[in-house]
Amino acid sequence: MTAMPRPLLYTLLLGAIAVLSLFSLAVGKVWIPWSAWRTLGDDPSWIIILELRLPRTILGIMVGVALGISGAVLQGYTRNPLADPTVLGVSSMASFGAVLTLYLGVAGTMPWVLPVGAMAGAALGVVILLALAGATSSILTFILAGAILQIVATAGVSLALNLAPNPWAVNEIVNWMMGSLADRSVDDVRMAFPFIVAGCIMLGFTARALDALTLGETGALSLGVRLNVVRVLIAVGVAMAAGASVAVTGAIGFVGLVAPHLLRPLVGARPGALILPSGLAGAVIVLAADIVVRLMPSVAEVKLGVAMAALGGPFFLLLLVKMRRRVA
Amino acid sequence: MTQLAASDIHISFGNKSVLRGVSASFTHGQVTAIIGPNGAGKSTLLSCLAGLRKPDQGRALLAEANVRDLAARRRAQRIGFMPQIPEIAWAVEVRTLVGLGRTPFLGARGLTQDDDAIVTEALKLTDTLVLQHRNVQTLSGGERARVLLARALAGQPEWLLADEPLTGLDPGHQIDAGALFRALAHAQNRGVIITLHDLPMALRIADRIVILADGKILADDVAAKALSPDVLRKAYGIETRFTQGHTGPLIEIVSRV
Repeated sequence: MTAMPRPLLYTLLLGAIAVLSLFSLAVGKVWIPWSAWRTLGDDPSWIIILELRLPRTILGIMVGVALGISGAVLQGYTRNPLADPTVLGVSSMASFGAVLTLYLGVAGTMPWVLPVGAMAGAALGVVILLALAGATSSILTFILAGAILQIVATAGVSLALNLAPNPWAVNEIVNWMMGSLADRSVDDVRMAFPFIVAGCIMLGFTARALDALTLGETGALSLGVRLNVVRVLIAVGVAMAAGASVAVTGAIGFVGLVAPHLLRPLVGARPGALILPSGLAGAVIVLAADIVVRLMPSVAEVKLGVAMAALGGPFFLLLLVKMRRRVA
Repeated sequence: MTQLAASDIHISFGNKSVLRGVSASFTHGQVTAIIGPNGAGKSTLLSCLAGLRKPDQGRALLAEANVRDLAARRRAQRIGFMPQIPEIAWAVEVRTLVGLGRTPFLGARGLTQDDDAIVTEALKLTDTLVLQHRNVQTLSGGERARVLLARALAGQPEWLLADEPLTGLDPGHQIDAGALFRALAHAQNRGVIITLHDLPMALRIADRIVILADGKILADDVAAKALSPDVLRKAYGIETRFTQGHTGPLIEIVSRV
């Protein structure tokens, strides 16, 4: 119950990100020992670090922050500790938007087409979610609304696979959907960066409103919170942050569920105070998971999205069992 | 003197009309109790007055201006509201929750020392200072009701609108809360409007009583006059009579008509 002092919390989280980032640069099929770091220049290991692992690491941090913040804000707004872009179907809608551009073959024409498709899908998802769940913000309604979105989006993706013109397209779609940080370039980083930053800033502006929403919608309204403005901020912010993340890395689930949950006791459960720490914790989780994935002794690399789902699914189930009484 | 007023308010939910032309005006320095049978429209009227619900027809006016036209933040600074069914979504500390009452006043830096002092004062007034570091979700019903009252007081509103604020309080704390409402109105010249079901308590706390039945105002008068046996028979279908007690007139409920 006692909140951790904020400077200590931030120091720990940033420290963890720094250490994991160093590992992320060093670890992989080719282990680059610290001694090699001093000899700069023509050494081929520098190409590995700069061109492969640096974008991967930066992307891991960006995506982790985006998903952690999106999860914290969605949980705060819905007053529901089970909310997260994946659980609420927003990531699936983003995937659907992106897959549509792959299926139509327009994704290759311009680099921005696929991300725009993903963000449009995510935006549509959030809007439908807010409309479906409407004024009654019961936990159950939101989860069901999310389940419906998931079903629709998954069906859309399946249809695209079903009707795909050639096996290459299918391969491309399936590979991308599994979610991974591997083989991403500086261009991907550059593409996603502005959207993730803008989205996260918008979501940051909801902090006061989320705090007030602790007293429910009526309570927040009576405290002068303009809920319609908050809804727009959340819809656009989550669409940009989570949408751009899905666009470059595919769907990486449950980060937004786990990060706020772990940090909530450390910030005294204040939903507004949870936003930034959740973002940092999201980065820690994604970086750590990506390192673990790279170290797994399998022939093909296990995709990060698959690994997160394998971890996140049971976590979600545990959470559900723990709060069974509140949901019913 | 600024007034809060309902002007010919109509509201219906679907085809059930809840308020059918309600007009009443309220002044500072008084505790007004709105009473009436279940479903009479008390809560709906209160949320219209607080500017939280838009009437289908008619207006709620604060100093002649429609409350719905006030900027949300400005409105929240002047009108404090306590909902009937409070929600507390997260396991925050009592002090944090009460601090939320300062939301309409917050600048860029969040809670200032002045805000902190006001929060402490609100905690003291409601006898909840000892609870300030407790998790709100572990409080008893009565403790929670007092903490929510502290939350409303922390906004130092010119108008305090509270929907059944005494529900869940033990008799001792009901009397405390009633005295608090009277002190706010009489000593600090605020306007206090509460809804409640307890007739003897209404008589004890309120300066003025508005009786609402079936979407219309049945009586609106100084407390002892409003609760006449005739009106109560019409409103609730009960037979009552006044008796003289040590502290003043008491209302005795004799039977169901």
